Amino acid sequence: MRFQLTDDQRALRDGVRQLLARRFDGAALRAAVAAAGPGGAVLDRALWRELGAAGFFALRLPEEAGGVGLGLPEAALVFEEAGRALLPGPLIATHLAAGVVPGAATGEVVVAAVDGGLVEWWAQADVVRGEPAEGTGLDGGVREGGVRERGAPDGGAPERGVREGGAPEGFVSEGFVSEGVVPVRSVDPLTPLHRVSGASGRSSGSASPGPAPNPVAVLLTAAEQLGTAARVCELAVQHARTREQFGQPIGAFQAVKHLCADMLVRTEVARPAVYAAAVTAGPADIAAARLLADEAALRNTRDCLQVHGGMGFTWESEVHLHLKRAWVRAQRGGGVTESEEALAAELVD
Amino acid sequence: MDLTYTPEEEEFRARLRQWLGKALPTLPAKPSPDDWPGRRAYDLGWQRMLDDAGYAGVHWDASPTTRLIFLEETERAGAPYVGANFVGLLHAGPTIAAEGTAEQRARWLPPILRGEEVWCQGFSEPDAGSDLAALRTRACRDGDDYVVSGSKIWTSHAEVADWCELLVRTDPSAPKHRGITWLAMPMDAPGVTVRPLRTLAGSAEFAEVFLDEVRVPVANRVGEENDGWRVTMVTLSFERGTAFVGEVVACRRVLGELARTARENGRWDDPVVRRRLGRLNAEFRALWRLTQWNVSEAEANRGVPGVGGSVFKLRYSHARQELYDTAAGVLGPDCLDLDRPWTLDRLSSLSYTIAAGTSQIQRTIVAERILGLPKGR
Repeated sequence: MRFQLTDDQRALRDGVRQLLARRFDGAALRAAVAAAGPGGAVLDRALWRELGAAGFFALRLPEEAGGVGLGLPEAALVFEEAGRALLPGPLIATHLAAGVVPGAATGEVVVAAVDGGLVEWWAQADVVRGEPAEGTGLDGGVREGGVRERGAPDGGAPERGVREGGAPEGFVSEGFVSEGVVPVRSVDPLTPLHRVSGASGRSSGSASPGPAPNPVAVLLTAAEQLGTAARVCELAVQHARTREQFGQPIGAFQAVKHLCADMLVRTEVARPAVYAAAVTAGPADIAAARLLADEAALRNTRDCLQVHGGMGFTWESEVHLHLKRAWVRAQRGGGVTESEEALAAELVD
Repeated sequence: MDLTYTPEEEEFRARLRQWLGKALPTLPAKPSPDDWPGRRAYDLGWQRMLDDAGYAGVHWDASPTTRLIFLEETERAGAPYVGANFVGLLHAGPTIAAEGTAEQRARWLPPILRGEEVWCQGFSEPDAGSDLAALRTRACRDGDDYVVSGSKIWTSHAEVADWCELLVRTDPSAPKHRGITWLAMPMDAPGVTVRPLRTLAGSAEFAEVFLDEVRVPVANRVGEENDGWRVTMVTLSFERGTAFVGEVVACRRVLGELARTARENGRWDDPVVRRRLGRLNAEFRALWRLTQWNVSEAEANRGVPGVGGSVFKLRYSHARQELYDTAAGVLGPDCLDLDRPWTLDRLSSLSYTIAAGTSQIQRTIVAERILGLPKGR
């Protein structure tokens, strides 16, 4: 047993962190927020292709298929970095489409996916992959085969173009009702959202469990949440060391210190849970990773805001962006309740 | 990141499992919790069985991963844990091994490994708990002896111990961390009085120890005079990493029993109970993975534990309390019955956020030593 990052994994993580620091730093983050109009954020296609060139989407494709040939643990590390950097876009959906949807692996094609009745980045995606519609009897094909594509059916470059609201032009709407696609005023300025009615019975609060979430998507979301948990812990510590009140850094006060310590504990307990789930890919490990990582991200972003005080409650501070993205990710992959129920059932299996 | 064990480690596991299968049925009946001499004999006897089979030194010599496997397998098989050998095997022994002279190692280590002598720990005092370095038990040099007076508290196994690893103040004028000395005190020395202390769980798990001009030979000092704080820190960092391996395995077993009990008594139909159990499953799975992570880290650092110990302890102590609170929810009114399983466990779980560094002290350690926040109050 050697449950630590290998040298190659460390190098991969550091490389991705450097790439993102160069291509999507704090200034770029703020610029992206400023550029997001009422219609929502705009996807940076040049950055998307760069991510593709860096192997972000083709990471787990075999080398024979033009991929990088790495595994889930490496993907978890890469998505943890994406989470840290608050990288926008339907990253996981496109990653999962590599090798299935032509152009996804290289970053030429942007792929979104329906999850729990919501689609992130619907209007700017070239391809949207769906879930089976309840009561339609159609296999919407969450996994392979159910790809709905607009653009050239001959496999040429898909046409790109954004329409206000509604379904993108050329979108094939078998399996769910594209007329039922309505834009949502997204809480996260960097994640445009659409609600897809009839696409899924798994919207929160629904009694019907709907289709099972893709376990890899759940795991990679947990990795992103882990990245956020770690990042906001660092932000809180930086602030607590420099912000002075009562003549000393606020981090010298135990009340603040203990908030920061709890943030670290949540992060460092979630980390091995996420990494182990990436190694085993077992359903119980993935469900546990999801619960721990969601908890770490949701509570750490709150505590980070608390440590920042009034400064954190402003639009200029980046704290709210981490918090809102953590909220968006927590809605993916079925409800928390389902993960808890699955882990309860596992105890008596 | 690799969660598979090497062939050598798997072989160690298989051999140990085989031995446990044969050895455990030969154990005598477990003594009652109040029978202190019986508990001493039982725990020492188990240690002698381990010694005969070549496993006595697993806490000291084995690699962190081997230790993890040992603790995992012994717990799974229902074998006893260290019991009265706790301080000897996990605190005093490692300290003597690291800091003692050749004579001291030869005198004290073999009886610990062979299951012949019991040690207790005389660190905390009524006015020196979290602030351990404020301890005031005085030791004055008189010829070849130290003359020790003062009192210690929360001393486990004091009633049956042969030796006490004792922290005393030898220089009251020095800064508090610099005037402390580590002594091995024989518990049968004149002037030592042990008064059992009942815990809130009702049993006498620890004691107060009063010291009235007890003479301890200077030859029993480990490390230099006034260097006892550093010597002690060697002890305190020793078991981090694998300290709670057996307990996490045990908690996961209890969780399974709890779920089955809930199914039998109908509480399973309450989604709130199910979701709590599910969350605890996630929690203890994560704690097991954190254990494997910390052990692998210690392995990579040649056995030196990382900073993960405080992180682990903070989370685990809370999770253990949550486990037994959930058990109470499953038991309903039966949780008030001391004869039901888990009622006493629930009470004793309350010590976990207090003993061996309170959660508040642990958070301060994490914040200052890992996160680098400024010292202060």
